[in-house]
Amino acid sequence: MEYSILILITPFVLFLFLGLVGGKLKPNLAGIIGTLGMGFCSVLAYSIAYQYFFVIGKTADTWQSVIPFSFEWLRFTELLHIDLGILLDPISVMMLVVITTVSLMVHIYSLGYMHGEDGFQRYYAFLSLFSFSMLGLVVATNIFQMYIFWELVGVSSYSLIGFYYQKPSAVRASKKAFIVTRFADLGFLVGILILSYYTKTFDFAALTANNAELVTTSFAGGTFMGLSLVSWALALIFMGGAGKSAMFPLHIWLPDAMEGPTPVSALIHAATMVVAGVFLVARLFPVYIFGAPEVLTMIAYIGAFTALFAAVIAITQTDIKRVLAFSTISQIAYMMAALGVSGYGDHDGLGYMSSMFHLFTHAFFKALLFLGAGSVIHAVHSNEMKDMGGLHKYMKITSITFFIACLAIAGIPPFSGFFSKDEILAAAFHNQPLIFWTLWVVAGLTAFYMFRLYFGVFFNGKRDYHHKPHESGFTMALPLIILAVFSIFTGFIPFSEYISSDGKPFDMHIDMTVATLSVVAAIVGIAVAYVLYFKDSEKPAMLANRFKGLYTLSINKFYLDEVWLFVTKKVIFNCISRPIAWFDKQVIDGTMDNIANVTQKVSHRVRFLQSGHTQRYIAFFVMGAILIAIAVFIFV
Amino acid sequence: MIKLEYYLIVSTLMFFIGIFGFITRKSMIAILISLELVLNAVEINFAAFNRYLFPEQMEGMFFTIFGIAITAAETAVALAIIINAYRLIGDININDATKLKG
Repeated sequence: MEYSILILITPFVLFLFLGLVGGKLKPNLAGIIGTLGMGFCSVLAYSIAYQYFFVIGKTADTWQSVIPFSFEWLRFTELLHIDLGILLDPISVMMLVVITTVSLMVHIYSLGYMHGEDGFQRYYAFLSLFSFSMLGLVVATNIFQMYIFWELVGVSSYSLIGFYYQKPSAVRASKKAFIVTRFADLGFLVGILILSYYTKTFDFAALTANNAELVTTSFAGGTFMGLSLVSWALALIFMGGAGKSAMFPLHIWLPDAMEGPTPVSALIHAATMVVAGVFLVARLFPVYIFGAPEVLTMIAYIGAFTALFAAVIAITQTDIKRVLAFSTISQIAYMMAALGVSGYGDHDGLGYMSSMFHLFTHAFFKALLFLGAGSVIHAVHSNEMKDMGGLHKYMKITSITFFIACLAIAGIPPFSGFFSKDEILAAAFHNQPLIFWTLWVVAGLTAFYMFRLYFGVFFNGKRDYHHKPHESGFTMALPLIILAVFSIFTGFIPFSEYISSDGKPFDMHIDMTVATLSVVAAIVGIAVAYVLYFKDSEKPAMLANRFKGLYTLSINKFYLDEVWLFVTKKVIFNCISRPIAWFDKQVIDGTMDNIANVTQKVSHRVRFLQSGHTQRYIAFFVMGAILIAIAVFIFV
Repeated sequence: MIKLEYYLIVSTLMFFIGIFGFITRKSMIAILISLELVLNAVEINFAAFNRYLFPEQMEGMFFTIFGIAITAAETAVALAIIINAYRLIGDININDATKLKG
């Protein structure tokens, strides 16, 4: 398995190559080189997955983690050192497959979508950088390596959101995304430091071994503000995950991140980077459940709340990409909630398995939704739903693939989303009824807003198009079709055979009560959307008028952006930043300034001694010498 | 035999004439000559003390020769500085060379 290092080296070399000499290549050549490189990575990922699951297989009926490559990078003490390496276990292998597949699709799609854009080569260079960082993140052997790649994905996401750097809104969005996630990463870093200070290791294997024995034993019962230190550490680590995965209240950057090119949104802000937070919690799952179950409960509630919150906002948004962004937030929150309600081992670990399952299926159908949205945007040159409508007859492939993805996300059997969502609901049903009902409502809302989008864009009367919209070319249609196939069939993978909280396979079956409930919710949602949006009508406007308060709140995203602006501009700037600035200016700078001023004043007083007349110096010197001679003569 | 004191009187006179010249003359060349007087006064002292107090040893003589060599080198450097000062300020009056004042 040593060749698995190539999966990191290839995109990195591509990034250097395209970044340094890409500008000299023909744009198409650069794109094709990037795509071929990514294709090579996909082949590698599939071969690693095949070898891991079917050649190496289970030992003692448990999936073991394999470390084919590792070296010591930075040594702090004998025990505490940062390694860089590759860790293969079921979830990282699954993530390799997801990332390379979606990334390859996006690479192919971008050949058509970004055709003729300025900076085409730069775009592919950054895509390679992103793929490299994301792959490095999922195969990290220790939490610090993960942190390094975590920041790298942040940087590449920043440069891709701000790809159209001539547009002020894109620049603002990239800054916002970077600062918000960076702020969350501060918590992550502090959490890592607390955790490693007590456990004396960064290593995932050491942290999670034997039901996280190391973590439960090495914290010597310290508490801080009523919570144990281990809870603090894990809550802070979760804060980093919440930032990247756009959990409430740190979700504000994700909708704005839609300023980037649409394929980038599909890759980074739907399928891969935003699930990094879920992956982080899953990676440290034994630590969470044995070290701080109360933090896990908190994660469940934050997840359920965010899922509902984002779904409510998604209903009223009119920008097609923003609807998808809020839908992403909602679905990731689903995964978080699933992790939160999960137990450990065997069938209790259903939540864990279903979270990973949903991550897997969601990556494909959400990428498909974004790429389909990109195809529509490409055809009508607008993001706004009001500029679209009746596109079904112009864009058959896009419409049908989009429809498949909508069915998948709505959870209609036998599409992939049904299976994963059902397992999540089943896990919640048996552990936390409150969360189950919240998620159930969200399932209905999801079906509603997705089909509102679908009907609104592809049916719902005719618009007078400036020039006739046409189906996208081959490079854009092919990824849509491939991803649609994935969206249909990935649900049939017997996921619990491969991924479970303790590495042991268990039987999963569809819980008929839960399945019926969720399908009913989905169908009701779709039916309501059909009634309201299939044909152009007055009903949506009437409903909006009826529930005016809620509608205004929802369309303004519950004023969360404004709240944050208030908190940062009015509270943090005035109460913290200004006093600190004052202290810096007056006290620290003041001390230094005064030292300089006193020196200057004193030297100003004595400068007349330096007249520049050599003979005067000599006279002083001789007089001084004589005085000293006299003094020596008298006193010695 | 001439007494040691006579040598010392001559060298002291030379020394203070040199100092006086150093402080009062305006021409840099004259100042350089005054400096030579000061240094030579010191060398006379070296030679005289060596001759009268430690006749078996040669350190004083060596210092004298050493001092003469130093004086020659210093004169060369000083003359180069004076030539450059002349190029820069147009004369060799020491009172005009006050660029380094504070």
